[in-house]
Amino acid sequence: MSAPTPKGVLTTPIFKNNPIALQILGICSALAVTSSMSVSLVMAMAVIFVTALSNLFVSLLRHQIPSAIRIIVQMTIIASLVIVVDQILKAYAYEMSKQLSVFVGLIITNCIVMGRAEGFAMQNPPMLSFLDGIGNGLGYGFILMVVSFFRELLGSGSVFGFTVLQPVQDGGWYVPNGLLLLPPSAFFIIGLIIWVLRALNPEQVEENEFTMKANTQPKEAV
Amino acid sequence: MEHYLSLFVASVFVENMALAFFLGMCTFLAVSKKVSSAIGLGIAVIVVLTVTVPVNNLVYTFLLKEGALTWTGISGAENIDLSFLGLLSYIGVIAALVQIMEMFLDKYVPALYNALGVFLPLITVNCAILGGVLFMVERSYNFGESVVYGLGAGTGWALAITALAGIREKLKYSDVPASLQGLGITFITVGLMSLGFMSFSGIQL
Repeated sequence: MSAPTPKGVLTTPIFKNNPIALQILGICSALAVTSSMSVSLVMAMAVIFVTALSNLFVSLLRHQIPSAIRIIVQMTIIASLVIVVDQILKAYAYEMSKQLSVFVGLIITNCIVMGRAEGFAMQNPPMLSFLDGIGNGLGYGFILMVVSFFRELLGSGSVFGFTVLQPVQDGGWYVPNGLLLLPPSAFFIIGLIIWVLRALNPEQVEENEFTMKANTQPKEAV
Repeated sequence: MEHYLSLFVASVFVENMALAFFLGMCTFLAVSKKVSSAIGLGIAVIVVLTVTVPVNNLVYTFLLKEGALTWTGISGAENIDLSFLGLLSYIGVIAALVQIMEMFLDKYVPALYNALGVFLPLITVNCAILGGVLFMVERSYNFGESVVYGLGAGTGWALAITALAGIREKLKYSDVPASLQGLGITFITVGLMSLGFMSFSGIQL
């Protein structure tokens, strides 16, 4: 990125340079919360809040932070913001904070937050960094919502808790696919999302380290 | 004794950090291309978890928990509840311990330092470490349990990353669709491994 524009930093992380799908950042705390859409929405909002504000504060302080201890300073900023989120959730949405359990705390070690603070906010002015934080948070939230949409729709036949496909046990026709409520399904869905995104943007495809020689010559195979 | 043994087995297999809770995924996916580096990182995680979980357990019981400051003898100390500072202190303790461990290994066990050197700083931001600490606090383990839990959780994580690296080394020779190459197929592999580990769930010892 040569000269980042406000619009550019806000939108590229969502599709073009998605933090989860392309940079493999921040998957750590993401997958376990995606079995229901409302929980992932809260998680996504929390991450957007933390990324945007940590980027803003790190960027404001960027000329004051000595580079030897910058990681600790960034950590402290991020951890304080996460504590704010955690306390707000405990006060106003206690049920939700129980469901998210340790995963709110794990936003601290979410590589997206750290990566953006270190990689973008340390070099760029506050406003731009703030937008970059929102953009990356949205990119993260986007993947989270897509994954949880499929998991909730196919796993329990509902969207945001509203029944869409009437499940069999309530007299409907849809047999819920229990596999999608289990953790492994999140991996499959993200794998498939990456497949789709990379098929659409071929330049993102990873180079194979080496190519295999064909096993048989075309003539022999006949 | 039996209690500790079952806690250990549960934290290695049933509640595997990487495959059941998705913790430490970033490094899990990034450093699993070769078995040798996976083993190095795995050992580093075991060491760091075994040290940080018990230390944070002490921090929590003697400094942060409600009424934990009673031992200082200051009047009114039994009403102080500092648990909201938890996250900040845990991450600080982890970062400091990793740093100390790095210096200690550099000075006294250079062979191990050379093997683990690159991985130690990475570990500070590994979610598996903070996750282990947070689970310890949430389940209110005592000191002995937290030692066993830290060791078990680390072992489970190391086991998972070594297994994944083994699979990925073989996977290099297979013909994967171009856009699924690399990250995509790794995700699906991890999903399958995670399914395998789910067969341990529900095991009571």
